[in-house]
Amino acid sequence: MNVIVNGEHVEIPKNVATVSNLLQHFELDQKVVIVEWNATILEKADHQETRVSDGDRIEIVHFVGGG
Amino acid sequence: MSERYSRQELFTGIGLEGQRKIGSKHVLVIGAGALGTGSAEALVRAGVGKLTIVDRDYVEWSNLQRQQLYAESDALDRLPKAVAAKNRLSAINSDVDIMAHVMDVSVEELEQLVDDVDVVIDATDNFDVRMIINDVAQKQKVPWIYGACVGSYGVTFTILPGETPCLACLLETVPMGGMTCDTVGIISPAVQMVVSYQVTEALKILVEDYDALRKKLVSFDLWKNEHVAINVDKIKKESCLSCGKDRTYPNLDRKNQTKTAVLCGRDTVQIRPSKLMERDLEQLATVLAAQGGKVDRNPYLVSFITDDHRLVIFKDGRVLIHGTKDISEAKTLYYRYLG
Repeated sequence: MNVIVNGEHVEIPKNVATVSNLLQHFELDQKVVIVEWNATILEKADHQETRVSDGDRIEIVHFVGGG
Repeated sequence: MSERYSRQELFTGIGLEGQRKIGSKHVLVIGAGALGTGSAEALVRAGVGKLTIVDRDYVEWSNLQRQQLYAESDALDRLPKAVAAKNRLSAINSDVDIMAHVMDVSVEELEQLVDDVDVVIDATDNFDVRMIINDVAQKQKVPWIYGACVGSYGVTFTILPGETPCLACLLETVPMGGMTCDTVGIISPAVQMVVSYQVTEALKILVEDYDALRKKLVSFDLWKNEHVAINVDKIKKESCLSCGKDRTYPNLDRKNQTKTAVLCGRDTVQIRPSKLMERDLEQLATVLAAQGGKVDRNPYLVSFITDDHRLVIFKDGRVLIHGTKDISEAKTLYYRYLG
């Protein structure tokens, strides 16, 4: 499946079915993130149910602490 | 009008009137590390009326790669960052009223510092203090600008009380560390990028051009060539305890703050996070091993020995810092290695 993550086309494996899976795939599941999925901002509680499909446009911002 | 600010006055976003406003305003910079030194220098050069900068740490050699106000002599003298920063800032622009405090900022300190401040710049290195900034800013209705960076990545958001979501709305849960500048490094362009965003937003607030504010959560990775901007308006929660209608400012409550205690006669400080948690000790051991210190692990704790200190991290999040009685030094080590 091909999706656009942070403006880049990326090929993701078939077992990535949801936004939660996608965050695991990018090793962001332990981080606090904000996800925009096809121009809709997702509540954190929705990551589990939101399904990822071919051509989806996903923006992910994760929070870091350093400064 | 002197020549000093002529190029800034020519800039249409500011002009003569904007420059006059900048010169009558007060900015509080919390933290005098990479972000704090960058923002402070830019604002002092821009002619802000008054700048207050606070920090609890002293200058070390590993700071000089990116903390732009410091020189080798400051590291040799182990000068407190607030003092070294003030020395340099005063030399850059003697017209600016510069206040510097060597202090560990918590609720009481911050509530006093924020009084009469027009905007707060977050240049801290941890979320415990950011959550306190968040609630004080909401309570006293002061805008503040979150900024953070690690590696080649940075993230920033401008928080206007009563308008934008607050940091508690965005985070929901406070991130647990693991990645800090001391564990995965940082390049100075990532710092400068966050500083550019923060200072530009601060200038817009100082000249009262609120329409020009960015209003989006921004992140970038300069090495991976990524840039993301997300409109987070919808994340603002009516039920938020920090900025919603039934607000209680939970982060100002003593029992929600990270607790420190000097262990009598043991040359040890215990730090207990505000909420108990379960740390992934295996992952933590791997991250700490990459620092070059000696790491030991058993099912209950990780022990990490660096130059003069030993950190013992328990599965429930408690940390013992051996080799110091100084709470401020202990906190510095805690946030350095454990975020």
